[in-house]
Amino acid sequence: MSKLQELDTYLAEKIGDALIGSTITNGDLAIEIHRDQLLNVLGFLRDDVQCRFSTLVDICGVDYPGRSSRFEVIYHFLSMYCNHRIRLRVMVDEDEVVPSAVSVYPAADWYEREAFDMFGIVFSGHPDLRRLLTDYGFTGHPLRKDFPLSGHVECRYDEQQKRVVYEPVSLPQEFRTFDDISPWEGANYVAEEKAKGEAKNG
Amino acid sequence: MADPETEKRKFTINFGPQHPAAHGVLRLILDLDGEVVERVDPHIGLLHRGTEKLIEHKTYVQAMPYFDRLDYVAPMNQEHAFCLAIERLADIEVPRRAQYIRVLYSEIGRILSHLLNITTQAMDVGALTPLAWGFEEREKLMVFYERACGARLHAAYFRPGGVHQDLPQDLIDDIGAWCKTFPAVLKDIEGLLDNNRIFKQRNCEIGVITEQDALDWGFSGVMVRGSGMAWDIRRAEPYEVYSELDFEIAIGKNGDCYDRYLVRMEEMRQSIHIIEQCIAKMPKGPVMETSGKVAPPKRAEMKQ
Repeated sequence: MSKLQELDTYLAEKIGDALIGSTITNGDLAIEIHRDQLLNVLGFLRDDVQCRFSTLVDICGVDYPGRSSRFEVIYHFLSMYCNHRIRLRVMVDEDEVVPSAVSVYPAADWYEREAFDMFGIVFSGHPDLRRLLTDYGFTGHPLRKDFPLSGHVECRYDEQQKRVVYEPVSLPQEFRTFDDISPWEGANYVAEEKAKGEAKNG
Repeated sequence: MADPETEKRKFTINFGPQHPAAHGVLRLILDLDGEVVERVDPHIGLLHRGTEKLIEHKTYVQAMPYFDRLDYVAPMNQEHAFCLAIERLADIEVPRRAQYIRVLYSEIGRILSHLLNITTQAMDVGALTPLAWGFEEREKLMVFYERACGARLHAAYFRPGGVHQDLPQDLIDDIGAWCKTFPAVLKDIEGLLDNNRIFKQRNCEIGVITEQDALDWGFSGVMVRGSGMAWDIRRAEPYEVYSELDFEIAIGKNGDCYDRYLVRMEEMRQSIHIIEQCIAKMPKGPVMETSGKVAPPKRAEMKQ
């Protein structure tokens, strides 16, 4: 049995009730857990002698507009002592919150701010949940699938007003995404479909 | 009697976004007590380019050049990470020669990055000469970049499945010749910095990171090794041909800026050693995956 499978069965034994599922793909172990159990699981992963996931490598969000729980929050851990990695996933919808991991892993601070900034995922108990990367006064969450690639505003220096002004984006030609998979049906824009469906129902 | 106004040494200072000591665009709101920074609020987003969003609308190969722009100090290393991820996802086997070329250029990238780090670190504490010497060497390395792919910085040379083009033999010979001359430059830089009083005053016991700090804050690379942990991804999870190469991992003892400087100096020596091994061991053969599913065949083959 490989090292990852051993870890997988060990986790199923120890935190089985928090676990929704686990997969091993491309040499990576990924587990999915219940959101309300997150902090317990994080504490376990950090402190257990067989896990010792001492480093939080990254937290990122993924947007699936078609799902009932829209976002996934993905935590990447590394153990420098045992030399193994794990990926942990929780589901969250737009109007739900994820417990903040800052109390367990201080490094989560900026990663959660980034996920909040980019996806609008809210972390409860975060000490300072502000935008991290986007411009001052920015609105919207750029990595959501329904955020346009060209953005909403553009800035330029205005010679008359002698300052930088923000204006709505104007493109001489509409931005075109070329989807080569099916030239006949065109691209599948999930967010637009969802909005259309809601308009029909509402 | 002391004036209560002059007793207060606390300032709130806005540093940046454009500041010569920021080495880029960075804004810091600093609360200072004399020279000691008590609190800082970094505004790091000024260089954010939305790479993730942009490459959502691109194919893998179209997305390559964005990675050069993430770190223009060692561009190919960023491409490398992206290529490795795709190769693992799509289960692509990279030809041996391409693996050696990638390791060779990754180590050149490491030297590029460390040279910039060390020399600007020296410049920030007042020594300009290491910068002049180090950048002369960086320029030579950039010429190697240019001779491999046509661009000094934005290489777009590593591709999923291999590298874009093969290296000509005279370029490999020239890199080998450079490896002979570079240790002397390192020695010169060391001669200026290692026992320099000002450099040590400004680096020893400054920015101390304990092992626990390094773990808590998710550090990697030199930042971990400087704090005494022998963690090196090339050794722990060997990718490409690193498992066949002989190199040592340098670690620090005190976790301060001076230790990290020493670790970087030693790593550059190890990089030279790795580059020499790559040159010696590099086999002949294709430099790109040849099944035709990842990369197009060569022009000449298409015309047949």
